Amino acid sequence: MTAVAAAPAPARPAAATPGRGRFALVAAGLLAALAAAVLGSLALGSVRIPPGQVLDALTGRAAPSPYRTIVLDVRLPRVILGIVVGAGLAVVGTVLQALVRNRLADPFLLGISSGASAGAVLVLVLGIGGGLTTTLALPAGAFAGSLAALVLVYALARRGSTMTGPRLVLAGVAVSYVLTALTTLVLVSAGRPEHFQEALYWSFGGLGSARWDTLLMPTAVLVLGTGVLLALARPLDLLLTGDEGATVLGLDTARFRAAVFLLASLVTAVMVAASGAVGFVGLMVPHAARLAVGAPHRRLLPVAALGGALALVVADLGARTVAAPQDIPVGVLTALTGGPFFLWLMRRRPEGAAL
Amino acid sequence: MTGLRIEGLSYEHRLRDAHLTARPGETVGLIGPNGSGKTTLLRCVYGTLAPTAGRALLDGADLRALGPKARARRVATVPQDSAVDFELTVRELVALGRSPHKRFWEGDTAADRDRADAALARVGLADLADRPYPTLSGGERQRALVARALVQEPELLVLDEPTNHLDIRHQIDVLGLVRTLGTTTLLAIHDLNLAAAHCDRLYVLESGRVVTGGTPAEVLTPELLAAVYGVEADVVPHPRTGTPTVLYLPSPPGDQKTSSI
Repeated sequence: MTAVAAAPAPARPAAATPGRGRFALVAAGLLAALAAAVLGSLALGSVRIPPGQVLDALTGRAAPSPYRTIVLDVRLPRVILGIVVGAGLAVVGTVLQALVRNRLADPFLLGISSGASAGAVLVLVLGIGGGLTTTLALPAGAFAGSLAALVLVYALARRGSTMTGPRLVLAGVAVSYVLTALTTLVLVSAGRPEHFQEALYWSFGGLGSARWDTLLMPTAVLVLGTGVLLALARPLDLLLTGDEGATVLGLDTARFRAAVFLLASLVTAVMVAASGAVGFVGLMVPHAARLAVGAPHRRLLPVAALGGALALVVADLGARTVAAPQDIPVGVLTALTGGPFFLWLMRRRPEGAAL
Repeated sequence: MTGLRIEGLSYEHRLRDAHLTARPGETVGLIGPNGSGKTTLLRCVYGTLAPTAGRALLDGADLRALGPKARARRVATVPQDSAVDFELTVRELVALGRSPHKRFWEGDTAADRDRADAALARVGLADLADRPYPTLSGGERQRALVARALVQEPELLVLDEPTNHLDIRHQIDVLGLVRTLGTTTLLAIHDLNLAAAHCDRLYVLESGRVVTGGTPAEVLTPELLAAVYGVEADVVPHPRTGTPTVLYLPSPPGDQKTSSI
């Protein structure tokens, strides 16, 4: 065995192997970028506020003023929601890609977003909640819709005690299509054009509804969910070696996959209820994060969370300012910029690994 | 050291009432044509299939009853399907072999990484520790998986066709490596000459049944090869090592003899 000749070294550069040393560097860089993006988001918009005044407002040194109100009560909750939803979607996307062993998995492949849209549209059309519609009843409807989709996908994907990645994807896609069709059917037959606008906003996602009193739930869910998933980093890594590989290393793959799917779906449902279905963050950020720090989840999940937060905060700043005072659904921007970025990522991926 | 005893192991129609033993420290090979039940038997041992009858006992403990994690502490497996998604490095993949010995939330310690490096050195892959696993060649992957099995510190090593897709040099390397470990080993293997050279005893499977077992010299006979594989062959002692060596004869034109099932 000692005489084994080294196989010819591949032409590929060793740079495709990010080590542990890069984690601190990448995390620090992302944190700095996020801080800058947050400051920028608080300062820029239809009203420009000097950075000094933004800092004064944040540190509580500012006297009550319109600036202070804009920073603290309008922009800050929105920025925090962006951080929470961006981080949540990126973490969930990362985990789901490992769970179904498919690089194209994202939080919405598995039917959650179409469930949310269906729920929201039902609330709209049926007029549930009366005057409270937009602030409380819509998120509640979206959450209920996500849960319904989740239960449906879960039931369809399970066969006996096993739940394989491919079945999960197939069930998710099928449920997605059916719910999307039903949503459209309900909208059309209700014949109320003003609902279309609201439904459109919901299905592309936006952070415009952010308020201090609606932040608690998504923030708590993000912190709890990410904490649990981070603790599950080792079994998530085991899944990367395939079902058989994970089983022979001691993981009960069927139970683990089912449990993590439920957790990931719940986190997604809460995020979607708060912001609508912001696409692409959960698909794109995990890939970028993997390129930066490699596949092991203990390093990957924190970097994905920071990257997702950064991506959504920047995208939302764009959504508010590009066509100001018009608020573009932020999902439109993430898809417009994310699509090309994603293609670029795929092109520079090392060959050999399957899609 | 630990021995394996398989009693009446069955899985649907694919494996029927198999009995075999691997004594402590022995390397036992399973041979037989495609579809004869080798992989099914191994899967029932390493736990991805639940046998429909019978038991696999490791030092008297029923492997099925152990559960995945306790089983993985005692049995290390090099499965046939070794695809890995995403770019884990070779060292990261090998270090995952420590998982059965850790709580699920525990990370890798410096000791784990040292262990992984030592195992990689042992299989001759020390230089490739930081390479992404998917970029390795077939032979390198197989040896990396053996290294992963090593850090598992198993009592029983199970390998399913460990030499598949390898060139002859790497086939000999991998089997020679397995031999030097001294761990009780059960492996399925296609190449009869490699089986004869590297296994203490062989069991022959045909249509889901163990038809015979014994030392390579006892098992590899022209009669058995004709009956089980449907080939005509001579078995001669290797001129330098003396191990039984199978020399196949081309089948005469028109004689499409197949298995005697």
